[in-house]
Formats: sequence, structure tokens, C-alpha cells
Amino acid sequence: MLEMLSERFVYVVIIVLMMTGLYALIATGNLVKRMVGLTIFQTSVFLLYITMGKVFGGVPPILDYKDLSNGTLDPNQLYSNPLPHVLILTAIVVGVATLAMGLALVVRIREAYGTIEDDAISEADYSLELEKGV
Amino acid sequence: MMGDLTQYFDYVLMAMLLAVGVAVIRLRNLFAIVMLTGVYSLLSAAWFTSLDALDVGFTEAAVGAGISTVLLLAAMLLTSRECDKVSVSRHWAALAVCVAAGAVLLYALPDMPVYGSPDTPVNAGVGMEYMDRTADDLKKIPNVVTAVLGSYRGFDTMGEVFVVFAAGVGVALLMGLSGRRREEDE
Repeated sequence: MLEMLSERFVYVVIIVLMMTGLYALIATGNLVKRMVGLTIFQTSVFLLYITMGKVFGGVPPILDYKDLSNGTLDPNQLYSNPLPHVLILTAIVVGVATLAMGLALVVRIREAYGTIEDDAISEADYSLELEKGV
Repeated sequence: MMGDLTQYFDYVLMAMLLAVGVAVIRLRNLFAIVMLTGVYSLLSAAWFTSLDALDVGFTEAAVGAGISTVLLLAAMLLTSRECDKVSVSRHWAALAVCVAAGAVLLYALPDMPVYGSPDTPVNAGVGMEYMDRTADDLKKIPNVVTAVLGSYRGFDTMGEVFVVFAAGVGVALLMGLSGRRREEDE
């Protein structure tokens, strides 16, 4: 048990970091702070993937080359795993796209309701429905 | 497993990331929260670099710590500067969700690969296959991450471009950059 934990200690800390982001996401009514919580959660997931691809004693996955036209793989050299890096590069860019989209929605909500606290927004919705007699 | 000198970086950066995360939860000034998010991204970029993920480190520093922070600052300027206080019941609800989700993730922990080992299924599988094949197929591209991103998994990258395009169109439509304001002025 203890050996299992010590071999995977980074994952434990990253899970705690992920939960920090989730907590910031839920324990606030402010929509901008909610997007911040989402960003922290997301960055922690990236960390989880990249730590999995780390190889101790390894070097970054870049081939040796004498001149620019001839890369060679050194069989005695350990390399870190390039695949998680590729997947997370895509995820980072997609993450910014979703963040921009979410923040645009928040700005529109501010224009329509005059507030970005979710209690006040549901209250405004409720009183609007009362006026209409729904 | 003996370990590696970079593990000392791991411990320092993990402690700093935890401190920033807790500060973001506790603060209510949005400006401070947004700047700390930038710090969080920059710290993780440093950690990516020490984990041999140089390309991810670059991208996180430029996109995560740069563009995200600018976007959040702009949104903050257009909306509000302070968060309201939240009720105690909401904190308990958040705690319950986080403990439950964290417990599920920790339950899966024994199935995770051993950190830093080259023999785990993650590291011994298709990733190393890409290393070998890049040396044979694409001798002019020394950086294997570039080779996989642009060539072997090029369709993924094309999908990513579509997502960014869709987000750009969505933001433009939502914010009415094309003419809503002008019509109001007339």
C-alpha cells in the first residue's frame, strides 16, 4: 500500500489540484470565477496526462541530428513519451476556445441581466415569470 | 525505481500550485483571482518543461498564461470586480462533491502507471512506436511531437482548427461585433 502510494504520489497531488478547481467551480455564484475554476481543473488534467508520459532519466522526444536532413534515434537514450504531449497540445488550444466562448456568454448575461451572480439571475428570471403570470 | 533529479522540481511546483489553488478559492477580488490563474498556468508551464514536455510548456505559457489571462481580464472589466459572498450550505455542497469525486479518482489510483517508469503500458506502447517511425519516415523533422501532430495525427489537428474556428464565429455572433452597436447609434 505504502509503496503503491509512493510510486504514484504525483497523481495523488494532481487529483487534489483537480478537486481544488472543482471546488472553486461549485462554491461560487460568480460566473467569471466559475470560468476560472474550470480553467484550473483543466490545467490540472493536463498535468495528469503529462506526468504519465514522463520517463526518469529520459530526454525530451527530440531526435539527434547532425544536419537538419538526418534525424536519428539513439538506441541507448531514454526518451519521454511524445504522445501525451501531442494530445495535450490540442487540448490546450481547445480549452482556450471554450474559455473564450464561455466568457462571451458571461458578458452577454451581464448585458441582459446587469449582474453575473447566479442567485440574482435566477431571482430576475423568477420575478419575470411572476409578471407574466406563468 | 531510483528516481530522477527533476523530482525535486515536482515537489516545489506541486506545493506552489496547491498554494495558488487554495488562494483562488479563498479570494473574492476578481482581479486577484484572474492574475493568480495566470500564475497557476505559468507554474504548470514550468512543470511541463521539467517533465520533458517542451512544446506543451511553450503552449501553456503563451496560450494558458497569456491569452487566457487577457480574455479573463477583458471579461472582468466588462462585468464586475468583486464576487458576492456565498452561503455556507453551498460550501458544504461543493465539499461533498469534491470529496466524492476525489474518492472515486483515488480508488482508481492503483491502476495508474508507476510514475517515471519506461516499462508501463503508457510509455512502452504506441508513443515509442511513433519515436521509431519518425526516425525512419520523417528524417527532416527532429521534433517527434511536431511530426506526430502534423503528420501521423494530422486529422486531430484539423479538427482542432475547426473547433477554434467555431469558437471564433460563436464569440463574434454573441458579442455582435458586426453591427448591433452601429444600428443602435443610428
